[in-house]
Amino acid sequence: MIDREQVVHVAALARLALSEAEIDRMQADLQQILQAFEALNALDVSDVSPTAQVIPLATVERPDATEAPLSRDDVMRNAPRVERDQIRVPAVLPED
Amino acid sequence: MTTPPGYRVVIGLETHVQLKTASKMFCRTSAAYASAPPNTLVCPVCLGMPGVLPVINAAAVDLTILTGLALHSEIPPHAKFDRKNYAYPDLMKWYQISQYDLPLCVGGWLEIDAKGETRRIRITRVHLEEDTAKLTHVVGDDGQPASLIDVNRSGVPLMEIVTEPDITSAEEAMAYGLKLRNILRWLGVSTANMQDGALRIDANVSVWPIGAEVGDTKVEVKNMNSFRALGQALDFEVERQTALLERGERLEQETRGWDERAARTVSQRTKEYAHDYRYFPEPDLPPLEITRERVQRLAEQMPELPDAFRQRLTGELGVASADADELIEDRDLAVYTIDVIERHAGPAAEVVTWVLQDVRRLLNARELESDDMPISAASMAQLLALRAKGELSSTMAGTVLEEMFDSGKSLEEVVAARGRQISDTDALADIAREVMAANPQAVADYHAGKDRAVQFLMGQVMRRTRGQANPGKVTELLRVELDRDRGE
Repeated sequence: MIDREQVVHVAALARLALSEAEIDRMQADLQQILQAFEALNALDVSDVSPTAQVIPLATVERPDATEAPLSRDDVMRNAPRVERDQIRVPAVLPED
Repeated sequence: MTTPPGYRVVIGLETHVQLKTASKMFCRTSAAYASAPPNTLVCPVCLGMPGVLPVINAAAVDLTILTGLALHSEIPPHAKFDRKNYAYPDLMKWYQISQYDLPLCVGGWLEIDAKGETRRIRITRVHLEEDTAKLTHVVGDDGQPASLIDVNRSGVPLMEIVTEPDITSAEEAMAYGLKLRNILRWLGVSTANMQDGALRIDANVSVWPIGAEVGDTKVEVKNMNSFRALGQALDFEVERQTALLERGERLEQETRGWDERAARTVSQRTKEYAHDYRYFPEPDLPPLEITRERVQRLAEQMPELPDAFRQRLTGELGVASADADELIEDRDLAVYTIDVIERHAGPAAEVVTWVLQDVRRLLNARELESDDMPISAASMAQLLALRAKGELSSTMAGTVLEEMFDSGKSLEEVVAARGRQISDTDALADIAREVMAANPQAVADYHAGKDRAVQFLMGQVMRRTRGQANPGKVTELLRVELDRDRGE
């Protein structure tokens, strides 16, 4: 069961401002999605090893070589505001 | 500072290390951001554009495994990357690619010397992640508070080394940090400079009354950008927590930043949910299978580590402990010194003193790094041999060194131009007599009991020989000649 409090918590983490009606709807939607996944619990997976990936690939690496970066103009193209060659955003608290 | 009576101090350290790779962790953009103007080392991957595909830098994985091996970690055959989600503008993607439950290195230890005894600090894990963009908090052009983002640092390979809470004082934390820094430098995995942010040590500190059960409340202390700051911050934090407990108050779980100017830790207001990271396996990166062959190959690349090197210096080579400690802080200089020692017939201590004093003074004065050493170990050994044989006085050797440093000329060229030390008794006696004949007043002074007159005459001999006369010999000869003069 996903409760209302959990929806509010997850929304806060994702910086989403949800209206009361949206919270209700999300709670119902998420509940349904989780229920769908519950079906997996019925399976016996005791002899299946855990995996974090469904693609049959492992150890995809590249050599440590460099390529030219983007021009600064391109880097800044989507910036909401530019100041001193940097992306300016509203002041944020120092955080870890 | 010592542990307050009646309490125990529990400290665990988390050390972030920027790896010395050419390119970033997951893209081919150069990682040499330190000297680059803002936002000039950025590509769609490290800018976090939608639809890009990160690819793991093999060298960063190798350097992390190498570090794990040096710290006696186990290197499990399976590793993977995970997404650590948090909303803060130093992350372009709003998540950091890190490692959660399958890090590259597990367990291990590092031995430190604390108050004369050896203590083993257990390592929990060593994992690999990406560095974040750099934020600067400013007053903007419009007078409003703003944060500025430089994305250059975003995606630079960052290794994190986590200890168990085995450290019991600020001194031990500093001993651990210094030792770890030296190892990282000797491995060549990082510059490990704290001032540049290539080495960042955060601490979890808890003070507990003895007898009370140790709980899980801990204070995270950050923002120390030197070993001195690390020591001061931890001393302050231990005192602060002890005072709190003395007053019967409870410790609060929080993050505190070290304020260098105020010399105190300050609570950092963090968002309520800051530590709810919702890790999940990184879908863009297939897991890593670390073959035993790869681990073996890296183990074979393991260079001599500072502990073994230090032992070699202080043991068979008889170098003083303090000199050895000083030398191992600079791997390039240490390796160079050993090279000279092996070519030098005299005592090793002679070479070490010469390198730590004369050579390093020149390196500093010319703003050269130790790996820019302009004189080969072979030439340096020859120069020291000339000094040992008395063909160059100490002063002359210093002058020759400086000229070789600055002109790039060979030892032979410089010595041929400047001449060797004159130690020949007959030649020096001739010059002594000439100088005495030319300075009758000084001779009279000497006979009148003014011993300082010898110094004056000595200066005259040096002048005539352009500094090449053997000073010990000249003093001896002058006294012989002067005394014979009196006898006549």
